[in-house]
Amino acid sequence: MHLAVPLVAGALLFGLGIYGVLARKNAVLVLMAVELMLNAVNLNLIAFGAYLRDRFRTGEVTTLFVVTIAAAEVGVGLAIVLLLYRRRESVDLDRATELREEAA
Amino acid sequence: MSSAAWLLPAIPFAAALLGALPACRTRPRAAAIALTGATTTALVALLLLPSALDDPTRVRLDRLLIAPAGALQVLAGTRFDSLAAVVAVMVGVVALAVQVYSVGYLHDDLRYPSYAAQVSLFTSAMLLVVVASDLLELLVGWEVMGLCSYLLIGHYRELDYARRAAVKAFLVTRIGDVGMLLGVAVLGTAAGTTDIGELLAAVPRLPHGALVAGSLLLLLGVAGKSAQFPLHVWLPDAMAGPTPISALIHAATMVAAGVYLVARLHPLFLASTVTLDVLALMAAVTMLLGALAAFAQDDLKRLLAWSTTSQLAYMLGALAAGGYDAGLLHLMVHASAKALLFLAAGLVLHAVHTGALSQMRGVARRMPVAALALIVGGLTLAGLPPFAGAWSKDSVLAAMKSAAGGSGPGPDQFEGVLLYLAGLATVLITAAYVARLLLILLAPPAPRGDLHEPRLSMAQSVTALTVTCGVSTFLALPDALPSWLPAPAGAREGIELSVGGVTLTAIGVLAVFAALWLYSHAGARDPVLLLGSSQRRLRSGFGVDALYDRGAVRPTRSVAAAVAETDASAINHAVEGIGRSAVRTSSSLRVVGAGRVRSYLAALIAGVLLVVVSVAVVV
Repeated sequence: MHLAVPLVAGALLFGLGIYGVLARKNAVLVLMAVELMLNAVNLNLIAFGAYLRDRFRTGEVTTLFVVTIAAAEVGVGLAIVLLLYRRRESVDLDRATELREEAA
Repeated sequence: MSSAAWLLPAIPFAAALLGALPACRTRPRAAAIALTGATTTALVALLLLPSALDDPTRVRLDRLLIAPAGALQVLAGTRFDSLAAVVAVMVGVVALAVQVYSVGYLHDDLRYPSYAAQVSLFTSAMLLVVVASDLLELLVGWEVMGLCSYLLIGHYRELDYARRAAVKAFLVTRIGDVGMLLGVAVLGTAAGTTDIGELLAAVPRLPHGALVAGSLLLLLGVAGKSAQFPLHVWLPDAMAGPTPISALIHAATMVAAGVYLVARLHPLFLASTVTLDVLALMAAVTMLLGALAAFAQDDLKRLLAWSTTSQLAYMLGALAAGGYDAGLLHLMVHASAKALLFLAAGLVLHAVHTGALSQMRGVARRMPVAALALIVGGLTLAGLPPFAGAWSKDSVLAAMKSAAGGSGPGPDQFEGVLLYLAGLATVLITAAYVARLLLILLAPPAPRGDLHEPRLSMAQSVTALTVTCGVSTFLALPDALPSWLPAPAGAREGIELSVGGVTLTAIGVLAVFAALWLYSHAGARDPVLLLGSSQRRLRSGFGVDALYDRGAVRPTRSVAAAVAETDASAINHAVEGIGRSAVRTSSSLRVVGAGRVRSYLAALIAGVLLVVVSVAVVV
């Protein structure tokens, strides 16, 4: 398989992630978009690992790390979202502005 | 060989430090520390005296500290010879008398503990000047004295005029100190050393210009400290301080420092005729001005202050005329007389609670201790035989007479003649104002009503000083003294009496009796009233103060006001404007960072894209 195929797929996934983070208001969806970006990176790592035939499997190993950390991150992120929902009955990020300074 | 001279400044300094500790700020402790310090100092000075007089030409040098200062080596240490020994005894004894007296005089003063510590520090600074072996070391003591005089003159700091007098004393002596500092710098660079001994040895090698400039600048410092015209204006105002402080400043410390410096560096001054001319003129003007102003004063302490100015001019005039022994003898005699007079005046002020002579008529008739002290001190001051003042003043006049004759070291003949004439005239005026003072205080009838009894310590120290002053008569007898203080090469050695001086002292006596007669016959009027309308001019010291006010103080104040105005309007506004514009700019920039996470993220991604694209383009 040509290297361009996974790379383009990764770029598309990453762009989709950026769009999700910037455009979505729902905290759960933003988390999912972040996951998309992470997995786009994972795809690239695996693709280059296979392409370069790395003896130490660096690409694959790093991907395992990223997956683990992403799982942990989602755990923390969802906990925050859950707390947000319990307090405010809403997960709209645009309305979670308590820590912002007063508008001048 | 090591000598104990360093103890002289160290003991009172330790007393000052101890007295400044919070634990020692109760009255009994402060008094104990101050009195112990002063007694020990006086004892050490007295113990060091015999060995120094045994071999008066020997100089004991001790180097305690060597500090390299660029090209100069500063050798701080002690230089102890017969001159230092004698002056140290004078300082120690007067300081002790003042400390004892102060215990009683400031009995109800809450600030007594800090006062006593300051007096100790003052004594320590003066003794440092006395034993210093290096001019820079001497300068340290000199400046600390300036500080102490400021603090002590301003002791009654709730009084407006005391604060002003303190600031005036500080500023006026500061003008002199600047000259002093520059003089030390000029001489130090020219001679390559600031060590007093090496500097004096280097005098013949010094370039003439540096010698004249350096000694003239030193003279400015002397004029400031010793209250000589044109820097004499601080001394009469310094009377705002407590009376014992006046005694201390006028007898032992501060004003004596200027005379001591000239005596210490006498060969240096003798080597420059121009400086001697200036010194002689300065002394001539000051002694007449001071004596005339003293005669017209209406305030007891101011009278004594002007008299000090005039007598200091005698000492400096004698030194200018080359009369080393004569000048120093007068310094000693005057110190004992003036300390006595001030402390006795303190008794009178304590009794009547006013300084005005017009309200003191006959007060001394009811105060035997003060009366005796005033008579002994006054007659010593006036120079009546057999009191010591007669011998010292006569030897001063003898030195001036030889200078007027153009023989030996001294100023040019013209200045010498002026100095001699001023000296003769001042003898008369001095006798006159002393006579006036004594007449007012002793004239009948004695006032009725309650007089404040002097406290024991005050009476004790006045009595002790009366005895000292009386004994000094015998010490100062012409033949007893010459071997005390070997004059440096080139100066007039020994004490000689002049016929003219004796005649004039006799005329002084006549003046006393004439004044007495006038006073008792002219309806017991104060003799000063005979001066009529010129009394006011004399009393203000010929308006020198007003002149300085117009010429220096007010212009300085207006410049200061203009500077303050510029500071407020131009500089302050500029600074505030910069601040305000920064605030305005930042508040317009804060829109960018107003906490909208999404816009941060968009900017981040745009930035990354920009970097990637530009890297791609470049590569």
